[in-house]
Amino acid sequence: MIRVEVPGHLRTLAQIHGEVTLEVEGPVTQRSILDALEARYPMLEGTLRDHVTKKRRPFIRFFACQEDFSHESPDAPLPPEVASGKEPFLIVGAIAGGS
Amino acid sequence: MSGVRVLVGTRKGAFILTSDGKREKWDISGPHFAGWEIYHMKGSPLNPDRLYASQSSGWFGQVIQRSDDGGQTWAPVDNKFAYDGVPGTHQWYDGTPHPWEFKRVWHLEPSLTEPETVYAGIEDAALFRSADGGKSWTERSGLRGHGSGPHWQPGAGGMCLHTVILDPSDPRRIYIAISAAGAFRTDDGGQTWLPINRGLVSPQMPNPTGEVGHCVHHIAMHPSRPGVLFMQKHWDVMRSDNAGDSWQEVSGNLPTDFGFVIDVHAHEPETIYVVPIKSDQVHYPLDGQLRVYRSRTGGNEWEPLGKGLPQKDCYVNVLRDAMAVDSLDSCGVYFGTTGGQVYGSADAGDNWTPLVHDLPPVLSIEVQTLS
Repeated sequence: MIRVEVPGHLRTLAQIHGEVTLEVEGPVTQRSILDALEARYPMLEGTLRDHVTKKRRPFIRFFACQEDFSHESPDAPLPPEVASGKEPFLIVGAIAGGS
Repeated sequence: MSGVRVLVGTRKGAFILTSDGKREKWDISGPHFAGWEIYHMKGSPLNPDRLYASQSSGWFGQVIQRSDDGGQTWAPVDNKFAYDGVPGTHQWYDGTPHPWEFKRVWHLEPSLTEPETVYAGIEDAALFRSADGGKSWTERSGLRGHGSGPHWQPGAGGMCLHTVILDPSDPRRIYIAISAAGAFRTDDGGQTWLPINRGLVSPQMPNPTGEVGHCVHHIAMHPSRPGVLFMQKHWDVMRSDNAGDSWQEVSGNLPTDFGFVIDVHAHEPETIYVVPIKSDQVHYPLDGQLRVYRSRTGGNEWEPLGKGLPQKDCYVNVLRDAMAVDSLDSCGVYFGTTGGQVYGSADAGDNWTPLVHDLPPVLSIEVQTLS
């Protein structure tokens, strides 16, 4: 069971309360987690990555086990602690100022 | 009993203001979608409980929300705005080719005849249509495919398709406007498009009278006379009496003809409203005085309307989609400011009162007249 934390605005959008738990088939990667997350919550499509290219939106970041995986390949395996559910996969809206 | 619902899109959420036909006391609900930019909200003329909202964020992109109970509850619908085919390029600010990239929805225009149909004007400029209440979107790509597309260039706010006007006498005729490409018209439901910019003069352009490239800020039309259009261009207030085939300037005695909004009285097709802004350098009113200007002659002769509006130390702006009218017997006029005020007049502009004055910067105003 994969644990995923979603930014507050997107929890509101998808009416998620607390952490999301997902079953992911095959290798646990950014792509497989996001695929499973979007399958459960279709309204999140396009909010984390581009609809067509699947490229991460610029101000979205992915963290796990105190490491930043944002710039890693979306198909790179994530740490076993994420795959086992010991540690959550954190989706974070970048601290980027704004108005 | 009749009433009015004012839909307010702001930089940090949506607000819905409601009142009875007297328009003296207002209930305010919101913020809906708190913290998100709401570029536009609009209700269906066929079903006033059907509302659409364009919700966006620099972090999370675009969401389209739909309500079927007048804004009490909302649910997201489809947010996939995929250009038809290979998007190609338009011009960037420096004149180099730049790929067409979807950024946000600026304007939502529900159909006048089909309850589940709604149009979306987006940045980078294109027109999309949904025939299923927003559950899926398809580009009307004849517009972007117009031969001039590669020469379109963004205005300061981005290359946005911000105005969509549906002709009540002919469902195949649609007017749109793009900053800074200009105005276009289709007479075949969006298959083919014609630039309608003859008569516009923009000295900032290499060719000031070019077929495209004009920074049109907004266009308004009275439903009883769909061939008559009024335009607030970057500079100049313009009028067309032949469905945009040609335009003439009607700025007349305005103290400045820069501005963003323009609208038409609900019952008097020759009565129009603008909010003059000092210049494109400062984006605030002249002399710190917020004044709506009204022409009862379809332009050229304008009178200032400031009763109830701040007449000193006022330095707000009124953005292009932030004025609307109701259709009660005494026409109500409403506009919102970048200072977060929403002003209303229940007597066609003679007297103004703030309906609310501390919202986030107002991006858009739409009004529904409820029976």
